[in-house]
Amino acid sequence: MTATAVEVKTRRRSAKRRSLGVSPLILVFVFVPFAVEAVWVFWPALQGFWLSLTNWDGLSAPTFVGLGNFREMVSDPIFRTALKNTAIWLVLFGGLSVAGGFGMALLLQKERRGVGIYRAALFTPVVFSLVVTALIWRVFYQPDGLVDSVLRGIGLGDLIRPWLADPDTALYAVIVPALWRQIGYVMVLYLAGLKAVDPALYEAARVDGASAWQRTRYVTIPQLKGVNSVVLSVIVIDSLRSFDIVWSMTKGGPYHSSELLSTYMYSTAFQSTQLGYASAIAVVIFLLALAVILGYLIRAFREET
Amino acid sequence: MSNRLKTGGYHLSMGLVSLLWVAPILWVIVISFRSFDDVAANGLGSLPHSFTFSTYVQAWQDAEEFRALVNSLLVTIPAVLLSLGLASIAAYGLARYNIPFRRTVLLLMLMGNLLPPQILLIPISRFVELIGYYDTLIALIAVHVGFGLGFYTFVLHGFMRDLPKEIQEAATIDGAGPGKIFLSVILPLTRPALAALGALSFTWIFNDLLWSITVIRSGDKMPVTPALLGLQGLFVSSWNVIAAGTVIAAVPTVAVFLRFQKHFVGGLAIGAVK
Repeated sequence: MTATAVEVKTRRRSAKRRSLGVSPLILVFVFVPFAVEAVWVFWPALQGFWLSLTNWDGLSAPTFVGLGNFREMVSDPIFRTALKNTAIWLVLFGGLSVAGGFGMALLLQKERRGVGIYRAALFTPVVFSLVVTALIWRVFYQPDGLVDSVLRGIGLGDLIRPWLADPDTALYAVIVPALWRQIGYVMVLYLAGLKAVDPALYEAARVDGASAWQRTRYVTIPQLKGVNSVVLSVIVIDSLRSFDIVWSMTKGGPYHSSELLSTYMYSTAFQSTQLGYASAIAVVIFLLALAVILGYLIRAFREET
Repeated sequence: MSNRLKTGGYHLSMGLVSLLWVAPILWVIVISFRSFDDVAANGLGSLPHSFTFSTYVQAWQDAEEFRALVNSLLVTIPAVLLSLGLASIAAYGLARYNIPFRRTVLLLMLMGNLLPPQILLIPISRFVELIGYYDTLIALIAVHVGFGLGFYTFVLHGFMRDLPKEIQEAATIDGAGPGKIFLSVILPLTRPALAALGALSFTWIFNDLLWSITVIRSGDKMPVTPALLGLQGLFVSSWNVIAAGTVIAAVPTVAVFLRFQKHFVGGLAIGAVK
């Protein structure tokens, strides 16, 4: 063995010793929470993937069917409706909450008199649960509720319909309250991002004679790249997870017209107890979220280095 | 002059938007104080013709919302304390010590929180049944702790990592062990992040529906959010009582929000900047 090899070996060993030299208490500190998450998240997740390949009624033992559940999905009209509605949800709920939240953040970014009150007003619904939000708006949509009264008041009484019970309007009637709550949240994210933009950039743009619109277009928007990616991740993950508001307002009905993948998964699992098929739907939700999760992790990983 | 007009227009339009935004809340509060006869005779959309507290009494007593609120607090408070406690020790170890695979561990933990909960529902409901904790508040606490840990650890790790190295070195020279340094140096400095996460996680856990209806079956163990849904079946079309129940269910999170407003809003924005 040459001298250098020995040196390398000892250096490697000492490096190893140094990293293992962390006190046992610290290892316990990290291991215990990790183990808790492993038991309640990692292990169940792996089981979820496995169950998606089985037929299971929850009573007898699950039988392995390979990709059978996924094949079944292709010809399942309710699944297709749920998938389509989830896409609509993603575009409408996601798109409008980003547009609304960003717009309000631009309007409310400058500190001036009254701005705190306006921000608080837009922000208030974020504090409520989606179930509370759903109930508030269910009262709203009742026959003779405020929506109907307003429509009658402005002479559009012909439009009145059972908003949540009409298959043509149910999904959109649920999106409105979801937006009402989400816009304030997205606004907070953008306000935080706008605060972090260096004011010198605006000053420079102003000196160069840029108009308010040009300053927004060429200074603000490029500076918000980081926030945009966070907002986008939050929105996509939130859309795919959305459950509470639909479940409390329509349970996915009438005739599955407001069904999302998440509500269909829940009712398949816990009402029709087709646990294998429900797991397969959950896997689809996971796969749709995967791109976002990976993007988020890569970004987090970069920040760590 | 044109400037003043512009300011006036701004406040007028923003005032209108704000009013539109809070109107649904105000209107539900108004309904919650109307009597059943008033609502029946004049419709839900009309101005109030009566004032009563009996709706609140009904929601509180007949619908047992009191018990549901207690259940919620019995779940939320321990779950918040436990998950923040566990997340801070994990974050401390990962941020301040050179633990093998620290980055992998951190990202795995974060990924766990980003998973759609749907993939966990069936295995978890089976698991709590298997260990004999199905339909108990303890199961619900455990689920919330397990699922929230990853995100809290990630945020606290970012916060602890940015604390200056010198203070820890100074404490080491003074003879403090890692446990002592954590409790008397790092943890006090992490207070702002803990307050933000505490306020946030309180509302998240308190407002939860999905996990509650997955691991709890009995009505008398339901937290307030799912119990509120049950109220609709109990008081069919008595929208004034349902409105009162809704107001009651919103009080705790509004209280936390008002008390921790600054931290709460700051917490929501965590991760947006950077």
